Amino acid sequence: MFGLAALDLARVQFAFTMSFHIMFPAITIGLASYLAVLELCWLKTGRQVFVDLYHFWLKIFAVCFGMGVVSGIVMAYQFGTNWSYFSEYAGAITGPLLAYEVLTAFFLEAGFLGVMLFGWTRVGPGLHFLATCMVALGTLISATWILGSNSWMQTPQGYAIVEGRMVPVDWLRIIFNPSFPYRLVHMSIAAFLSTALFVGASAAWHLLKGRGNEAVRTMFSMAMWMALIVAPIQAVVGDMHGLNTLQHQPAKIAALEGHWQNEGKEALPLLLFGIPSMEDEETKFAIGIPRVGSWILTHTWGGQIKGLKEFPKGERPNSLIIFWSFRVMVGLGLLMIALGAWSLWLRFKKRLYEDRRFLKLAMWMGPAGLLAVLTGWITTEVGRQPWVVYGVLRTADAASKISAGPLALSLAVFVVAYLFVFGVGIAYVLRLVRKGPQAFDTTRIPQGGPGRGRTPARPLSVPEAEASANEDNLT
Amino acid sequence: MDFDITAVWAAIIFFSVFMYVVLDGFDLGIGMLYPFVPAKRDRDAMMNSVAPIWDGNETWLVLGGEGLLAAFPVAYAVILPGLYLPLIFMLVGLIFRGVAFEFRFKANDRERPIWDLAFMGGSMTAAFFQGVSLGAFLSGIPVSGRSYAGGPLDWFAPFPLAAGCGVVIAYALLGATWLVMKTEGELYERMKALARPLTWLLLAAVAVVSVWTPLSQHQVAERWFSFPNLLILSPVPLLVAASSFWLLWALGRDPHRQPFLAALALVLLGFTGMAISIWPHIVPPAITIWEAAAPRATQTFALVGTLIVLPLILAYTGWAYYVFRGKVGESGGYH
Repeated sequence: MFGLAALDLARVQFAFTMSFHIMFPAITIGLASYLAVLELCWLKTGRQVFVDLYHFWLKIFAVCFGMGVVSGIVMAYQFGTNWSYFSEYAGAITGPLLAYEVLTAFFLEAGFLGVMLFGWTRVGPGLHFLATCMVALGTLISATWILGSNSWMQTPQGYAIVEGRMVPVDWLRIIFNPSFPYRLVHMSIAAFLSTALFVGASAAWHLLKGRGNEAVRTMFSMAMWMALIVAPIQAVVGDMHGLNTLQHQPAKIAALEGHWQNEGKEALPLLLFGIPSMEDEETKFAIGIPRVGSWILTHTWGGQIKGLKEFPKGERPNSLIIFWSFRVMVGLGLLMIALGAWSLWLRFKKRLYEDRRFLKLAMWMGPAGLLAVLTGWITTEVGRQPWVVYGVLRTADAASKISAGPLALSLAVFVVAYLFVFGVGIAYVLRLVRKGPQAFDTTRIPQGGPGRGRTPARPLSVPEAEASANEDNLT
Repeated sequence: MDFDITAVWAAIIFFSVFMYVVLDGFDLGIGMLYPFVPAKRDRDAMMNSVAPIWDGNETWLVLGGEGLLAAFPVAYAVILPGLYLPLIFMLVGLIFRGVAFEFRFKANDRERPIWDLAFMGGSMTAAFFQGVSLGAFLSGIPVSGRSYAGGPLDWFAPFPLAAGCGVVIAYALLGATWLVMKTEGELYERMKALARPLTWLLLAAVAVVSVWTPLSQHQVAERWFSFPNLLILSPVPLLVAASSFWLLWALGRDPHRQPFLAALALVLLGFTGMAISIWPHIVPPAITIWEAAAPRATQTFALVGTLIVLPLILAYTGWAYYVFRGKVGESGGYH
């Protein structure tokens, strides 16, 4: 197909399935925690607005979670079907990390998800809140293990090579490898920020349509607080992550800055535009601000970093791709900071829910977090090429010996299935968003645990006699 | 005597795959029974009977895969490329039926038939290709060195395809008996009526596989018919007969849980029989569990947590089943 070799097909398939998958966990990590916060607010204050918002976002969460589960199973099997040599070579180390993800995260999420989605009329409010918290915790534990595994592949340590296989020597060093803390914090914040922007955009849409009821205003306000506080933190964490990468993967930094060689003791500019060319070994049409690059990368005004030419040709990541993916990510991040700052100003002016230009920006920024997540992952994953385990195993050696025919078939099947299924799924999510938060009937909550009377744990809602009668009919 | 941690891991993988077959078996089965139940109200009830638990059921498949990678990386690296296309088709089937749970209840009347079809077709595809994978696995996976040495279409042979049909029947029976337990009224009667022919079909499939396997698999024949294995295995067909009798007997009365339990017993027997047939190989016929084992440091590290966490998983999963116990009402619990 298109004259691509088997290796290219396997890489395209992984990139395609991964890019779709990552969006759903990013949203569900953020939404699960948001739902836990909403339910806690409801239990504490008893205000109807929180329970309305909870059920509004719960439906959206359920759809995203379902899509995350099915696209995630594909990832779990793809390591074996398409990257069997990697699995065999490094499986003794990555395998247990992934197995622990299943045991401590996937089961936790799945086990409590049913109660979270359908248990409202079957368990008491306290137990239901516990279920929400367990699902939220599960999403974060899952991120921890999978990022531990990914970070180990980026900055491997704590292993030995015995009889041509990587074997574990020190599990603590494997899990707490140099890039792990930065990647974990950067990605978790990215998930929260993506969710905040999505929530904010949904609210902004309703506000622009003139349907700004209390629930819509509450979620807009919560989302904008989140953007205000978290977006600057993300910039600081991103900077630390970058310095860590410079230390452990200098070729990645050189490529994403389009930096080929140092001229004498000249400081690095910050390139705002440029077309890096791998063949000509230079960045064409470069436009930059002098010295700022040095300041960002070394935190000094005259510092230098290794240029791409200092690395053998066969060990350079594609500069053109990550030069731009990195700039898109950073640009979006700066926009998020600006959005947060603007929201604070409007809050101060008491025009947060009225300023149409601001609401339009907030609406268009809805997918910005997810786009930043995608471009960020493209930067880090393309940037570690040609290695799959950095400095140890090349991507070209990691693939299964599958011929191009079945690979082309599977790629075609995935493309058609994903575009249809996830296209429709996203349309359903937007349909739910359009519907907006509805008043939720709290009389459907039982008084106690499964079928047993108990003192109502929540403050305002009055348990009615029909609640327990309803319970027998509802499932 | 040395503690054989590799054998413990083989048992854990066996347990996860068995849990998967039983648990996702009945909810895939429900999808396959959709064609027999046209009314929307009944279809809603069928889906609602598994909606709170299907995700947990499917997680056992992921545990089986990742557990295999952790404890037996070589087996993972040989079996998965060896079963490339059947596994890809299974995954695509799982995608369609998995999203159908959420999409079907979000769809309007015009769109719902698409997701009914996705639920049916996806369940059927996933079940069939799981059976094909199982059949191809039992037929033996050619290996050279440490990688798969066969062709991309080796699975397209009579035995794997027959195994695919067998698994479809087994899952449909599990689904029907699950619904006998979970539903009332007309749907209950219909499932009771369907379970009987499905039982006979399954028995026929078991008989075919039991004759075919030793005839085509020289190694298996040796294992089955040598002494003292013959004596040890001899209760298996008797237990199959007893479970089938129990199932058919229970269906003739006004049953609740019994048909499902009997169907579980049948699946457990078939599954155990297969495991005994390949033991101690993890990639039949060439690689044993000890040859495929990960370094001891890996197996130990993974086992410690597994032994702590697995009982907790069983406890809270059991609790989730308990919360959603009882018959599914027609009003439906879906949001």
